[in-house]
Order: sequence, then structure tokens, then C-alpha cells
Amino acid sequence: MLRKRIIPTLLFKDNKLVKGINFNSWRTVGSIMQSVRIYKLRKVDELILLDISATNLGKRIDLDLINEVANECFMPLTFGGGIKTIEDISCILKSGADKVCINTASINNLRFIEEACKIFGSQAIIISVDYKRKGKIIEIWSNSGQVKSNLVFEDYLKELESIGVGEIILTSIDKDGTMDGYDIETITKVNKLLNIPIIASGGAGNFENMLDLIKSTNVSALAAASIYHFTKKTPLDVKKYLKEKKIPVRL
Amino acid sequence: MNNKKIVIIDSNIGNVGSVKRAVNHFGYQAIISNKHEDINSASHLILPGVGSFDEGMKKIHDNQIADVLIEATTIKKTPVLGICLGMHLLATKGYENNKETNGLNIIPGLVKKLKKNSEFKLPHIGWNQIIIKEKNKIFKNILDNTDFYFVHSYEFICEDELNIIGISNYCSEFTSIINQNNVYGVQFHPEKSLDHGLQIIKNFLEI
Repeated sequence: MLRKRIIPTLLFKDNKLVKGINFNSWRTVGSIMQSVRIYKLRKVDELILLDISATNLGKRIDLDLINEVANECFMPLTFGGGIKTIEDISCILKSGADKVCINTASINNLRFIEEACKIFGSQAIIISVDYKRKGKIIEIWSNSGQVKSNLVFEDYLKELESIGVGEIILTSIDKDGTMDGYDIETITKVNKLLNIPIIASGGAGNFENMLDLIKSTNVSALAAASIYHFTKKTPLDVKKYLKEKKIPVRL
Repeated sequence: MNNKKIVIIDSNIGNVGSVKRAVNHFGYQAIISNKHEDINSASHLILPGVGSFDEGMKKIHDNQIADVLIEATTIKKTPVLGICLGMHLLATKGYENNKETNGLNIIPGLVKKLKKNSEFKLPHIGWNQIIIKEKNKIFKNILDNTDFYFVHSYEFICEDELNIIGISNYCSEFTSIINQNNVYGVQFHPEKSLDHGLQIIKNFLEI
């Protein structure tokens, strides 16, 4: 039986691990490699590593870091931040990541994503969709939540699926860092809309939040950051709890 | 241990580096190559691969290595491990991207889209269990129902059921490990499946 994936998200800028609230007020929460080694020892299902300042500062992608992380990881590794070209993706995958996560470049140029899916395969391309709810409208934001796009939420998601994107990381900017539960309503809606796996992100603060989401909708994976940085809970603790509640997880 | 020459076929795209890292983890040396002399002199061949069946075969033909791979596998009996798409390419034919493409035809079978209903998403991504059907050296220190990491939308349908040594379930049953003499194929990614995945690679290299 396919397990629900429990994924720690590691956000970093200037080589420091950070975490914010609503994509703002970033706090340093530790060192990247130290966290990677801990997650390696804890045998997590998968790791997502995102450079949140790369696009906005026009930074070069840190391939040495990816290489160093990949040397520690015999589990799936996703890297995101500042990816703009096919060459970028090629270098990241060659450095040891299995998948890339793209946000801004997808909003600016869907043809680039289509080409990337053809060249590298759907399994290597994850699109991160960051959104804010304004009444009934769902806005899509780029540049780590700095720039609002004019895209229509449902249309954009359907288009991503049709051009061959392998997975979507759906992040509620409103919920990010609040630790008061996932945006179950939107996640459920997207999950019904699409036939590709959804990684839910934004708002996990305790075990119950995670269970609530899984019971409400058939989400493929649950990403979280604050719960692991700011509480003593680990991905393994989450999975032990979910297992007790009869949710399929890998222990 | 050091007299082994492990050759990982270079698929030009994707992360062949992970497979090399996994091999190196046990102190074995591996080279990533498409050269005839390397394939011919390999003690073990690993055929990794991500992407589509037709693109995968196109790369093999572009690099002109189909014949040398088939010869190493069937005449020299070099142990071969196909991973994910690399497993699929061992088949007779594939039906990805709405076209029929000839495979290497080393293990008879067809590669078709996974059967599923609307509740199941594709690609099938994540950790899933294998059910061991046939005792085999590749399963040394691997328990039945162990989890491995999968990423795929297509499945290998064996012509001869005797080639099926492990299965998994996603909506319906599909073949996750195949074997014919010296040839092995795994649908999951052992190089990304933590300790148990590394154990599979170790078991293969000890064959």
C-alpha cells in the first residue's frame, strides 16, 4: 500500500536555515548540513530544500551545497530556488538532487516547464504553487510571496497538469508558519481538480492538524517546517501517531 | 571486492550520480559510461533511467549500445540491474507517449500505463511495499513487505510469470521486481530507498 509521505521542508537563505510566518519575519533556525544529517539519521521519507532568496537576489544556484546534501541522502531529494533554465535543472540533477521545485519561472513562462517535463520527465519536475485567499478569489504569488500574479488559480493548476508536471507543492501563504492547521478547504478542492499527487504545505502545528487533513482529503504528502523547528516533534513522531490512527505510513 | 568493474550506463539526463553514490557506499568503484569497451569488460551493469520509454530507447540507439548491451547480457551473462525506466527498457515493447517502441527484448514483456481508477493519482510516487514471490539472492536480508521508493506511471507486464519475483499494489497489482538468469529489473529506486534500497544494490553487486 502506498504510504502518506511526511516531508520536512528546509528553507534557507545566505546559507542559514530559516523559517518565517506568512513568508515574512524570517528567523534563523540552524545550520543546513546539521539538519540534513539529523534527517538522514532519522531516515525521513524525503527532503525538500528551498533557497528562498535565490530568485529575488538573482543568486547563482549553490551546486556544491546540493552535492554535499546528496552525499548524505539515500532518500529522495528535491531542490528549489532561482531555477530559470534547462541548464539550471540539468546541473541540479547532476549534482545529486532527484527533483527540482520551481515557482517563479513557472508563473513567468509555462513553456519552459513544458520543455523541462519533456527533457527530464514528469517525475523530476515539481511546481510550487504559493497562494493567498481573498474571499472567493485565490491569488497566486511568485518570488517567495513578494509578487502577485494575474493567473486564475484553477486554470493555472489544470495547465500545469496538462503540460506534464509530476507533483504540486501547494503552499498557503496565509497559513505558513502559523501552526494552526492546513487550509483543508483549498487542498481538498485542488486534490479533486487534479489527477497528479499533491504535497500539502502550510499550517501544520501538531499531529491532529496532519490527521485532520489526511482524513478530509486523499493528499499524497504532508510537508511541514515549523513543527519540526519549533517543537520537539520529529517526522518519526508524526508517523508513529498517524500509524496508531490507522493511516498508512512508512516506519 | 576491488576486481569488480561496475558500469552505470549514462542516460545523459537525470540523476545517475545517485546510483554511483549508492555503489560507492559499499566501497565499490563505479564508472558512468556508454563506451563499448567498458560495457564489454564490466563485471556488473546498471541500467538506470528516468524519462519516457521512447526517449530512453532513442538514447540507447543514439549511443549505439543496444547490441553491446544485449551481447553482454545474453552471451557474456554479465549481471544486469535495470532501475525504473532501465527495467522497462529490458522489455520487448513499450507503449509510452501513445506510440509503440521496441525495447531491448531481454526479458519478454510489454510496458503499459498502470491500471487505475480516479481515486489513484499518477505518477505513483512514494514509499510502497514489495511482496516477495520467489526466493532470490537479490532479497538477502530483505523482509517481505519492505517499503521502497517508487516514481512511475508505467508497469512491466511479463510474458512469462516465472520472471516475476516481486509484486506491489497501487490500485491493482503490478510487477515490481523481475529476474531472468543474470538479469534483474526493479520498478522502485533502490538508490533512493534508504538502507533497504542500498541492501538490494549490495546484493546485486555480490552476484
